[in-house]
Amino acid sequence: MGHERVAVVGIGQTKHEATRGDVSVAGLLREAAGRALADAEMTWTDVDAVVIGKAPDFFEGVMMPELFLADALGCTGKPMFRVHTAGSVGGSTAIVASQLISAGIHERVLTVAFEKQSESEAMWALSLPIPFTPPLHAGAGGYFAPHIRSYIRRAKAPDHIGMLVALKDRQNGVKNPYAHLHEPDISFDSIKESMMLWDPIRYAETCPSSDGACALVLGSEKVADEAAAQGRKPAWIQGTAMRSEPTLSAERDTVLPLGGALCAADVYKQAGITNPRKDVDAVEMYVPFSWFEPMWLENLGFAEPGEGWKMTEAGATALDGDLPVNMSGGVLCTNPIGASGMLRFAEAAMQVRGTAGDHQVDSVRKAVGHAYGGGSQFFAMWVVGKDKP
Amino acid sequence: MPEIQLPPSLQGVEPVRSVRTPARLDYTFTPGEATSRFLKGITQKKIIGQRATPDSRVYVPPRGADPELGAATPIEVEVAQVGTVTSFCVVNLQFYGSGMEIPYTSALVLLDGADLSIMHLIQEIPADQVRVGMRVEAVWRDDADIEPTLESIKWFRPTGEPDDVNVRIPGEIRGTGLGSWPGGVAPTELTVRNPRTGLGGTAEFGGEG
Amino acid sequence: MRDIAVISFAQTPGRRSVPELNEVEMLMPAIHGALEQVDMTIDDIGFTCSGSTDYLAGTAFSFVSTLDGVGPWPPIQESHVEMDGAWALYEAWVKLQLGELDTALVYAYAKSSPGDLPMVLTRQLDPITVAPLWADSVSLAALQARALLDSGKATEADMATVAARSRKDAMDNPNAQLAWDRPASDLLTDGYHIAPLRKSDCPPITDGAACIILAAGDVARSKVERPAWIRGIDHRVEPIHLGLRDLTVSESTRIAADKAGVAGGKVDVAELHAPFSHQELILVDALGLDSETSINPSGGALAANAMMTAGLIRIGEVANRISNGSADRGVAHATSGPCLQQNLVAVLEGDA
Repeated sequence: MGHERVAVVGIGQTKHEATRGDVSVAGLLREAAGRALADAEMTWTDVDAVVIGKAPDFFEGVMMPELFLADALGCTGKPMFRVHTAGSVGGSTAIVASQLISAGIHERVLTVAFEKQSESEAMWALSLPIPFTPPLHAGAGGYFAPHIRSYIRRAKAPDHIGMLVALKDRQNGVKNPYAHLHEPDISFDSIKESMMLWDPIRYAETCPSSDGACALVLGSEKVADEAAAQGRKPAWIQGTAMRSEPTLSAERDTVLPLGGALCAADVYKQAGITNPRKDVDAVEMYVPFSWFEPMWLENLGFAEPGEGWKMTEAGATALDGDLPVNMSGGVLCTNPIGASGMLRFAEAAMQVRGTAGDHQVDSVRKAVGHAYGGGSQFFAMWVVGKDKP
Repeated sequence: MPEIQLPPSLQGVEPVRSVRTPARLDYTFTPGEATSRFLKGITQKKIIGQRATPDSRVYVPPRGADPELGAATPIEVEVAQVGTVTSFCVVNLQFYGSGMEIPYTSALVLLDGADLSIMHLIQEIPADQVRVGMRVEAVWRDDADIEPTLESIKWFRPTGEPDDVNVRIPGEIRGTGLGSWPGGVAPTELTVRNPRTGLGGTAEFGGEG
Repeated sequence: MRDIAVISFAQTPGRRSVPELNEVEMLMPAIHGALEQVDMTIDDIGFTCSGSTDYLAGTAFSFVSTLDGVGPWPPIQESHVEMDGAWALYEAWVKLQLGELDTALVYAYAKSSPGDLPMVLTRQLDPITVAPLWADSVSLAALQARALLDSGKATEADMATVAARSRKDAMDNPNAQLAWDRPASDLLTDGYHIAPLRKSDCPPITDGAACIILAAGDVARSKVERPAWIRGIDHRVEPIHLGLRDLTVSESTRIAADKAGVAGGKVDVAELHAPFSHQELILVDALGLDSETSINPSGGALAANAMMTAGLIRIGEVANRISNGSADRGVAHATSGPCLQQNLVAVLEGDA
């Protein structure tokens, strides 16, 4: 993991919406960053460096927007860094930020991830024609649906599993004041009756398009110890890992990507996790389409291949289950693409610090944050816990 | 948040809540060598795959690099115009830029001779009858309408041959040895064959062990 | 801090456009070249990091397809920044500091030819107050040049001297795009392009790619005779708004130079990422360099300016000169954003 210890000492996020017409991009970022700094009881001047992450710049119509946002983020005279690893970017941004402290370069790093998808046209940006390729995908769902169908076939999973995930995540989202979608009236039937978009993915099993930002303040051991002494529990980063694989390669398994499994194996080793199902208390994983929950449960070693859907069906991943997944409502409730990965990492940290409010799980000692991007090819994960590594 | 004090001349003036600034940038894309050769083949109603070495994977459509080897793909291999459906989905959503009539079936088709499925349309069969393993063939536009684009193939339709139920689905356990955590044992890089060294893979998954 | 060195550097020749190749085809020779020079393959690389930007490619997620050129199978540890490759190198350097990995591959590339680069770069500006003016990158640089001339810190002749020297030195650089021998006095007779900049004060538009391999300690020593050690590296940013800065100085470069330890020894060679001639004058001042330093022997960005890549190339050019013994200690600089908004400074040194 690196020679210096690092902890999350401040967390902030915006209220996520389809359109945050009340703030500019700068305002959106400052809402999240301001909350994180307040949570850490720090001010802008305490920050040594800022690491920003977001997904394709076509979403906001601004090239390298961190440049025009530099002073809004208090970066004048400081190092500012912009990560972009497609959908996993929120996670990899947090990891890059943690490495600055791990390597002993800085003590207090502010890391922010965001997307203001309403500024440009998110569907358009996601479907920008790749030159010389016929446009068939119909968005991300059209890309993933055949792979989901492959999972269902391989695992012999019954049809309703995806809907169970959507129901659980949307119900969890009701308990999360920041989530974009609040659907207190959602039911299994309402999901079943929603329009089938890319068979087998229904409308209600699909993530929304959101404006939102997430920010973390990461601190060195000294900073984290001070926070603990003042009653603000840090979430210690016990492991971080990233893996990438090619988009279109004859060997790769797009259903259970080897990169995801290797990423998990690496991060569990760092965090001393030998039996993920037992050793991990809560998981925030990147589930933009419902069926990814059983797929990732298998990919991340919580269930054997072919068994992930059984965990979901049995209720193990519910808020009161024995391995709660996506207590915040996850990506299915909130998806500002650049921020989504960091939201997973942040929510995992919130669980450990005990600050998750109505969606808090009892006694979380170790939590996992997971993000993926591209055609299931970029993976970023971290393990946070109550104990110093 | 500090309160912003407006000067007296701006008191009571309606604030600007948003601005709409249309922007347009024009790009002239060039396909590059690999795609050019592929598209030239299309104009001759051929589907040309490419590989890096005589033994490496055949990629259709080629994009310039073999992503496992990290090498250029100069060797051309004409692949068949028939193949097997390895997966599919039925699209009910009209989206920006698409001219398709919905619902339409988008499928991954592994052409005979290729090592990676291409994504294309399936037509001439009701969507609910499309299945994995179905044999399909390319349907081209009229000769006069053939252009250097993959859209010169209008769609794929069933050939009527018996299904290939054992089609090698790229990446599945049966075929290339990828699973995730069988038996709860964490996978390692050695789980899969390294294409450059030929090492790796486990006997159980069809590799060299 | 661990000792990390540049052990290999390769680049493609800078050209106005490379229409016959797509991005990954253009990039691969640089990656293969860098690996072959030290007899390595991607399997020997611990961490890969790249720099590129979607707006040049004209497609979202553009870096995803170029990753194929590295052969990321079995899956690799990899990251990407939407910045010049010099910052990708910074991320790789940080990663190697953590101690588990000993080697990193850093690459960067851009094809500016598909779009209209100065127009594309207007999309970097504040979207509400400045971008709608479509103030192109050359005009903004001209504003900065005007400010510099008006301050009395430099003259047009000083700028022409930089322009002339750069293109003449580029004649010895097989990868340079613009190389010619015209004295400064001659350049001064040319008309203005966008006053007070003449065409000769401006960089070319370049398609190109570059790749650097980093290695730690003994691994570096086992691979090359004279590794170019990174003794210090730092980067800083300023506000984008031109009115909020003194355009005649580069405060962020000064801070980065201080943190990187530029003043800690003699600087034999400096490669400065100054796309416009007047910017070299500003940077030399910010870095505290004197006449003893050989500046931009490669010709610099005035000779070839592949976006997202020219900064990484500056680091490579300094590293090469240290490795081949023609320099002992050097400074490399990279910039991003309009009018030197963001700057990175690296100090490299060979063993005594």
